[in-house]
Amino acid sequence: MQRALTLAALALAIAFPMAAVPLDLDFYIGFASRVMIYAIAATSLNLILGYGGMVSFGHAAFFGTGAYVVAIAMTHGIDSLWVSWPLAMLVSGIVALGIGAISLRTRGVYFIMITLAFAQMMFFVFIGLKAYGGEEGLNMPHRSVIGLGLNLKNDATFYYVVLTVLVATLYLLRRLIDARFGRVVEAIRENEARMETIGFSTYRYKLTCFVIAGMVCGLAGALIANQTRYVNPNLMHWIVSGDMMIMIILGGLGYRFGGVLGAIVMLVLDEAISPYTTYSKIVIGFVLLAVVLFAPRGLAGLFDRKRVRAGGGHG
Amino acid sequence: MSGLFLFEQALNGLQFGLMLFLLAAGLTLVFGIMDTINLAHGSLYMLGAYIAATIAQATGSFVMAVPLALIATAVIGMLLELAVLRRLYTRDHMSQVLATFALILIANDSVRMIWGPQPISLNPPAALSGPIDLFPGMTYSSYRLAIIVVGLAVAALLYLLVTRTRTGMLVRAGASNREMATAMGTNIKLLFTCVFGFGAALCALAGAMLGPILAVQVGMGEDILILAFVVIVIGGIGSIRGALVGSLLVGLVDTMGRTFLPMILREVFSPQVASNAGPALASILIYVLMAAVLFWKPQGLFPARG
Amino acid sequence: MNSATRMTEPVLEVRALCKRFGGLVATDQVSLDVRPGEVHALIGPNGAGKTTLVHQLSGTLPPDSGSILFRGDDVTHLAANARVLRGLVRSYQITSIFRQHSVLDNVALAVQARSGSSFRFWRPVRDESALFDEARAVLARVGLADRADVLAANLAHGEQRQLEVGLAVATRPAMLLLDEPMAGMGPEESERLIPLIDGLRKDVSILLIEHDMDAVFRLADRISVLVSGRVIATGTPDDIRANADVKRAYLGDELEAASGGEA
Repeated sequence: MQRALTLAALALAIAFPMAAVPLDLDFYIGFASRVMIYAIAATSLNLILGYGGMVSFGHAAFFGTGAYVVAIAMTHGIDSLWVSWPLAMLVSGIVALGIGAISLRTRGVYFIMITLAFAQMMFFVFIGLKAYGGEEGLNMPHRSVIGLGLNLKNDATFYYVVLTVLVATLYLLRRLIDARFGRVVEAIRENEARMETIGFSTYRYKLTCFVIAGMVCGLAGALIANQTRYVNPNLMHWIVSGDMMIMIILGGLGYRFGGVLGAIVMLVLDEAISPYTTYSKIVIGFVLLAVVLFAPRGLAGLFDRKRVRAGGGHG
Repeated sequence: MSGLFLFEQALNGLQFGLMLFLLAAGLTLVFGIMDTINLAHGSLYMLGAYIAATIAQATGSFVMAVPLALIATAVIGMLLELAVLRRLYTRDHMSQVLATFALILIANDSVRMIWGPQPISLNPPAALSGPIDLFPGMTYSSYRLAIIVVGLAVAALLYLLVTRTRTGMLVRAGASNREMATAMGTNIKLLFTCVFGFGAALCALAGAMLGPILAVQVGMGEDILILAFVVIVIGGIGSIRGALVGSLLVGLVDTMGRTFLPMILREVFSPQVASNAGPALASILIYVLMAAVLFWKPQGLFPARG
Repeated sequence: MNSATRMTEPVLEVRALCKRFGGLVATDQVSLDVRPGEVHALIGPNGAGKTTLVHQLSGTLPPDSGSILFRGDDVTHLAANARVLRGLVRSYQITSIFRQHSVLDNVALAVQARSGSSFRFWRPVRDESALFDEARAVLARVGLADRADVLAANLAHGEQRQLEVGLAVATRPAMLLLDEPMAGMGPEESERLIPLIDGLRKDVSILLIEHDMDAVFRLADRISVLVSGRVIATGTPDDIRANADVKRAYLGDELEAASGGEA
């Protein structure tokens, strides 16, 4: 059943750009790309938060770092996708290693505050980097160069690249969760002390998980830089971290498609409300408050009542 | 000359640190007693500033506006505790973060609806608008000096309240050991509501006092909230003393760093390095401080729980 | 048995261990040893410091002074998980299992900890039949073979206690620290656990902390008595039963009750 749904959704996603042009919906190709990019970012957060129970409030730091790496590389003449995107992942991973190594020594509200604080630090670092635009940010003259006879300037081509990355991310997430590593991470969420006393060095697993999530989020950042051809420090503002969290609580914590569902709901909601009011955030605020207070397992939880591993994390 | 300049910057740091303390004090008690993270604490600070500005404009009296804003914000804080926060004490931190994040979104848009998107002005009382001679050759903003005096007075008051009164001892007991406070037969629910309202009033005081210096605008609460978090991480959750020491450290390091680090870079390297890297480096100083404290004392400088 | 083990080196040797909390001395110059294949019981009144001692032996609480030697190596400052990998494993007085996992998955996790790296990101665990075969063998050993697919949260209390011990056994320990394995169990459930622990001693040394005196006197080769953080006596069950200090400080009535059921 779920498999059929997944394949149907994938078929729809593949067909969308082909149908969009004749239906005069090409504006929405770009919008759909943006939704998928946020879905990748939210999915990476879901790995540490939903599966690993680490309530990180600084995930936007990696998003922004990935975006900046691509933009900065381009100002230095490096515009090949095959170089700058892996570089974005590498640098984001290193940043995640640094932040994770310190903040994972703590837990509970400390961990939340520290991840938030370090992300804010990154935000200020890029505001202070006058050489790369400071508060104004950086424009990218063009999108990354993919070669292979393709050009990302074409929105449909870019859409398919993003879709490929999203599908790969979801597939990798599934492999990882079903493998030994994922087992360990999920069990740490459930009972970290016991994991230590059956012989696991939980810190190393959590840190590895944190770095993987940071790298995937960095790749999403590389994509968003290409999508908008513009980066600025607001990409790593803590509101963005909060948005990613909202997405996975809406979509379902620790649910494989939670990030995707949440990104769709949140961005479509935002897109649908904003023509009518400038106060779309207050609507999202009330929806979020209602979800947290009354449906803590998210939308996926509403549909899937059998699921035993209800999210929540031990924070 | 440079000695006087240093002194002036130290006073600025002290002034900023004391205002941070007003926020951090309420926040650390809520963390400590209720084990609850409240992101909307910064929103109360914003509301306090807006209410103070509105009353000051209507009445023309800053001195009247501040206490009224304190009371109004305390009431809003207590209502918030009754309506939302109370339901979150037993929930996991993730839910607390999300629910109070939702409150921020709601508060920011509400403020935009009521007061509009533009910053509004809050003028200091006329008597404090000019500079004052501290001693021969040293003038300082009289308003900033007033902030320092108020901040010190509140810090002293808070210290007496927490260490010398029965309620304060309960709060302290609660911050280090919730079961103990329950065992002492206190009406915990009422105590929580009151502590929350008190924390909201301190927020409003900081917001109203800082309003004339910083801009009264949407989003003003979030930046300072994160600084208050840094303070609490440095000081140790649930500790008033830790909050005070942490606030002063952060206030001083941040203010001095922003002033002197670019100067030092200019001397040691070159003006170009200073203008390129100075602001970025200065803004991360407090986070480096936080990381260093965490490295040596993961529970903060004054851990309230043994 | 006692005469044979007395010749060999102890598996665990605790020397003058001390731990204070403020003014309270929780562990006061505790010295004891556990020999290969021995069940060494540690008894004492509530608040004597038994669990605090287990925390120090397992590595979750650092001692103030003294040392812990395991198979001849000083492990006093070794991290908790590193001690487990060396074979020094504890169970909990308050059940600590993975409640949202099946019983089989619980034990498979513990097996996984001891069989190769878990930094594996690709191959699904469900294809690793070796893990589950070993886990099933452990379940059979602790009497949960027919409960493998039940969610751990849905087990009866006694079964959760069996799983608690099973988790420890699955890590292939050389030595077990069993912290009140019979806590909260009825007599019938205890009867199931006693032969289980008895069966473990073939290949595992055991430090058994227990309030159930019937179980202690049936299982233990030697007994140490902990009162107010101090070991006041160590000896065979007969020695302990006859010891005047022990009677005065602790046993008294409990001994009367247990003497009928001695093995």
